[in-house]
Amino acid sequence: MTTTSPAPRTGVDGRGRVAIGPRTLRTDRWWLSPLLTFLGLSAFVIYGLVRTAMQQHYWVAEYHYLTPFYSPCMTMSCIPESAHFGRPFPEFPPLIPYAIIGLPFLLLFRLTCYYYRKAYYRSFWLSPPACAVTEPHRTYSGETRFPLVTQNVHRYFFYVAVIITAINTWDAILAFGGEDGFGIGLGNLILVINVILLWAYTLSCHSCRHAVGGRLKHFSKHPVRYRLWTWVTKMNTRHMEFAWVTLGTLVLTDAYIALLSAGVISDTRIFN
Amino acid sequence: MGYQQHFRVWRGDAEGGELVDFDAEVNEGEVVLDVIHRLQATQAPDLAVRWNCKAGKCGSCSAEVNGRARLLCMTRMSTLDPNETVVVTPMKTFPVIRDLVCDVSYNYVKAREVPAFVPPKGVQPGDYRMQQVDVERSQEFRKCIECFLCQDVCHVIRDHDENKESFSGPRFLMRVAELDMHPLDAAAEQGIDRKQDVQDDHGLGMCNITKCCTEVCPEHIKITDNALIPMKERVADRRYDPFFPITKLFRRQR
Repeated sequence: MTTTSPAPRTGVDGRGRVAIGPRTLRTDRWWLSPLLTFLGLSAFVIYGLVRTAMQQHYWVAEYHYLTPFYSPCMTMSCIPESAHFGRPFPEFPPLIPYAIIGLPFLLLFRLTCYYYRKAYYRSFWLSPPACAVTEPHRTYSGETRFPLVTQNVHRYFFYVAVIITAINTWDAILAFGGEDGFGIGLGNLILVINVILLWAYTLSCHSCRHAVGGRLKHFSKHPVRYRLWTWVTKMNTRHMEFAWVTLGTLVLTDAYIALLSAGVISDTRIFN
Repeated sequence: MGYQQHFRVWRGDAEGGELVDFDAEVNEGEVVLDVIHRLQATQAPDLAVRWNCKAGKCGSCSAEVNGRARLLCMTRMSTLDPNETVVVTPMKTFPVIRDLVCDVSYNYVKAREVPAFVPPKGVQPGDYRMQQVDVERSQEFRKCIECFLCQDVCHVIRDHDENKESFSGPRFLMRVAELDMHPLDAAAEQGIDRKQDVQDDHGLGMCNITKCCTEVCPEHIKITDNALIPMKERVADRRYDPFFPITKLFRRQR
């Protein structure tokens, strides 16, 4: 006579565990944070897709404002004055973002960012939706297999992001010189604040923290790198805040320039 | 001024159990563990609960209060609505022994799998000398009281019991980080590669940095930011960075 042993209990019903029916006994609003994250990230992605596919309203000729969503503009489709680094690429067909050379790297920088990973693993993939709330997946392999194992190359997207943030900085500097020479407007302030916050987000990155000193065993033998590491560490504790604030400033900057470019509003000038 | 509050406490053992209703008196300044002790004294003398210091330093009274992983002795009743039912259950990730007491031996098995600190050659215990800036990263992790709340709430093993074999959990990934960052650890000289071990033997790659471990830590150790992510970066140096072997030639390893 043969007997079959029952299938081993796995998952959340592991052998000997307390058997409690609901996915969670939490009574607080644990669902609110992943929901807001889902809405916030989705709104940004939709806005970004629409704006980059528009291929217009990205340049204010009078004040030389260029939106970061179109920087660097390097195609023959770009308005010549907006192409701060030349136009080596041919004209783009409709819907293709003019800044296609940089945007995918920025997207991948944020997609592989340690903060955003937490955010979308929780809010989009529900793995887990919140702490002590059972996730809906039957199996789990984390970041050990393709494609998620590629999250480990975050550092390279960080390096590219540094270059692109430098380009955004150059755009913001050039925006002080409009058609009538040096001038300052509300658009300049928005561009500068956006760039400062972009630097804060980029340099507070965990890969940056590792590169400047985190990988060292003896800080005392590298005082300069230790000092840099302490600065990045201080900023790193605010990485989540910078991640969200820069999404907001990017949208604000782009929307302001788009409205100016479309003639819907006019720039508030402070000087010239 | 005391008041009455409704409680539901899980009672049972590995064979099964249920939430049992109690009404108990709550006094000003009390914590959940005080009420559990009152239940033992007045209504359920055989209610099992593990506890020791009542000061949040021994890590014994880990459980779940209203579904959240907490130390019973550090959960003030004043933080809970007097009109709500307080549900107290054992940690979900570990097999239950009885009532609120779990079998946490998984953690001791994983602890033994981490190679111990290796002192440098020729340096005797008592002769260790190191600079504060070099050792303070490891010291943060030494604050751990081994309450295992981080292990309880880590979804890698909480929601997937089958991962326990290949994943050591945040507490022991942090232990590897503590040793790898220790200025005097000479494991490499003994052929122990902690960066390789943390990925291959302890399952660092399973961690998706969703930070529940950090959220529940009663010692406020930044487990994810200061231990797990730095270890992921150290592993990436070795394993996922194709240029690392080249740049290493120009780098001083100290």
